[in-house]
Amino acid sequence: MTERFEVPARLRNTSLALIAVGVLVLIIGGVTMLGGHDHHDKTRFWLVLLQNSVFFLLLTVASVFIQAAASLAQGGWIVAYKRVPEAIGANVWVFGVIAGAILIFIATAFDVDGHNTIYHWVHPHGDKILEGKSAFLNKEMFIGFTVVAIALWSFFGRKFRALSIAQESAPKNSTKIYWTVFKWSAAFLLVYALTQMSTIPWLWIMSIDAHWYSTMFSWYTFASAFVSGMSVIMLFVVYLKNQGNLEIVTKEHVHDLGKFMFAFSVFWTYVWFAQYMLIWYSNIPEETTYFKMRQHGPYSLIWYSVFIINFIMPILILMARPSKRNYFTVSFMAVVIIFGHWLDFFIMTMPGPLGGHWVLSWYELGIFAGFAGLLIFTVSNTLSKASLVPANHPLLKEAMIHQS
Amino acid sequence: MAIKKFAVACYDDEEVLFPAVKKVRNSGYKLHDVYTPFPVHGLDGALGLKETDLHVAGFIYGITGTSTAVGFMSWIFCSDWPINFGGKPHWSLPAFIPITFELTVLFAAVGMVLTFCYLNQIMPGVKKHVFHPRQTDDLFVVALEINDHTNEEEVINFLKSTNAVETSIQVAESEWWFGRWDKKEPYELA
Repeated sequence: MTERFEVPARLRNTSLALIAVGVLVLIIGGVTMLGGHDHHDKTRFWLVLLQNSVFFLLLTVASVFIQAAASLAQGGWIVAYKRVPEAIGANVWVFGVIAGAILIFIATAFDVDGHNTIYHWVHPHGDKILEGKSAFLNKEMFIGFTVVAIALWSFFGRKFRALSIAQESAPKNSTKIYWTVFKWSAAFLLVYALTQMSTIPWLWIMSIDAHWYSTMFSWYTFASAFVSGMSVIMLFVVYLKNQGNLEIVTKEHVHDLGKFMFAFSVFWTYVWFAQYMLIWYSNIPEETTYFKMRQHGPYSLIWYSVFIINFIMPILILMARPSKRNYFTVSFMAVVIIFGHWLDFFIMTMPGPLGGHWVLSWYELGIFAGFAGLLIFTVSNTLSKASLVPANHPLLKEAMIHQS
Repeated sequence: MAIKKFAVACYDDEEVLFPAVKKVRNSGYKLHDVYTPFPVHGLDGALGLKETDLHVAGFIYGITGTSTAVGFMSWIFCSDWPINFGGKPHWSLPAFIPITFELTVLFAAVGMVLTFCYLNQIMPGVKKHVFHPRQTDDLFVVALEINDHTNEEEVINFLKSTNAVETSIQVAESEWWFGRWDKKEPYELA
C-alpha cells in the first residue's frame, strides 16, 4: 500500500509567487528602510525578519514535538497522516538557517548609531540590571544556544523522517525501528524542554525587553507555536484530502486534530492570562510596564484582537462536534489561528524597540507571505519524495480504524 | 413505572453478540436494551443509538456557572460589601477569572454527572431490574420488549437461532424505582 503525492503546478506556482512577494518586499524594504536615516525604520526592518523567522521556526519545530510526543505515548491515530508532520519537521533546517542567521546578525552586527536597538543587553555597561543578567545574557551564550538548539532540532526533524522511511523497507512485522524511534523521541523531548520550553524564548524574544522577565514566558511561547503548528498540519492534511490523497485519513482524524487546535487555544489563553494576572495583581512597576505598553498603550488594538482571535473565536467556533468534523470550518479556523498567533508574536517583539512607532503594513505582511510560501514550497516538495502512507508501521491498522 | 414483558437472550462472546444484535434489529422485534459486563467498542453504532445530548447540557451548566460566579462576585464587591483591595477598582475582572473558571468547571462537572445518572437511570439507593445476574460478570444480555400478542415460542426459537446460550421470558419493571437492593422486587418473575 503506497500512495504518492505529486506537487500540483498550481500549488508550486502559488508558493513560488508568495516567495517572490517576500523577496521583493525584502529588497524594497532593504532599500527604503536601511538606506534612510530614520532609526525606527532600520529597527523595523530587522525586527520584522526576527519575528517572522522565529515564528515560522518554532511552528515547524512543533511538528517534531508532536511526532515525539505521539511516539512516546504510542498514539496510533497520528500514524494515518504521519508524513505531514514528518515533512514539516524535515524542513526545520531551512527555517533554522534563516532564523539563526538573522538572530546572530542582530546580536552581533546590528547597530543603529552605536546602539543595538533590538537586543540592548549587548551593551550592558552602566546598566545595573543588565550587568546582573550578563552571566546568561551575553553574545557568546546567545550564539551558543542558538546554534546548538537549531542544529539539534534540524537533526531530530530529519532523523524522525529517515527512520520512518526506513520502516517501509524493514521486514514485515518488525518493531525494531518503532522502538528506535521511541528512544529518539525521549531524547528529543529532553532537548525540546531545555530549548523551546525554557531557554530559547528567553534569549530570542524575552531579551528584547531585557529589563523585564516572566517565568511563564517560555510556556506561553510554546503554546503559541504548538497551536499554530497543529493548524499548519491541519491545513496540509485538508489540502491533501482535497487533492484525493491520504485516503486513510477520515473525519475521525480531522476531528482529533481539531480537538488539538481547540484545546491548545484554551491552553494558550490559560498561560497568557496566568502571566498577565500575576503581574496585574502584584502591580510592581518594573513588571507592569510590559503590559502598560501593550494593553493601554499604542498596541491595545492588537492586544484585544489577539485575545478575540486566539481565544473567543476558537472556543465559540470549534467547541461543537460538527464544526470539528467539517473541513471548511477547521481549515478556516486554522488560517485564523495561524494569523492570530503571528499577531501574538508581533506583540511580543515590536513594543520594546519600536514603542509607538509600530507599523503593520506591506512590509510585515509581505515577509509573512514569503515565509508562508517557503513553508508550502519546501514541505510539499518533501511530501512528494515518499509515500504518504507509512506502510509497515506497527500502528497503521490502529490508525485506519481510529474513532475519535 | 411500567411492568412489561421481555424476551431475554444471553450470549457468551461479543463476536456472537454483534451478529445477533444485527439480526434482532432486522427482525422487527423491539429491542429494549443490551447489557454488557464491560464497554464494548462499536456497540453503540451497531445498536443505532443516536449521539447523546449530554454535552449540550454540559454547555448550559457551564454557562450557568460562569454567570453565577461573575454575577455573585460583582454584586458582593460592588454593591453588597465593597472593600478596597490594594487600590484596585471594585469591579476587578482579572481577579474574578480564576473563581469564574472554577465555578464553570464545577457546575458543568456536577451537572453532567447528575444528568448522566438520570439518563442512565443509575443513582445510589435506586433499583433496576437485573435480567441476568451474570450480566455484570461474563454474559452479554439482550432484552427484547414483547407483549401479550407475541408468540413466545417463536421469539425464543428466533433468539436460539442467533446462538444464544440462555433464553427466558421475564415480566419486569422497565424503569428504575426507589428501594434497597436487599428488598424483594415488587412483582414475581414469570
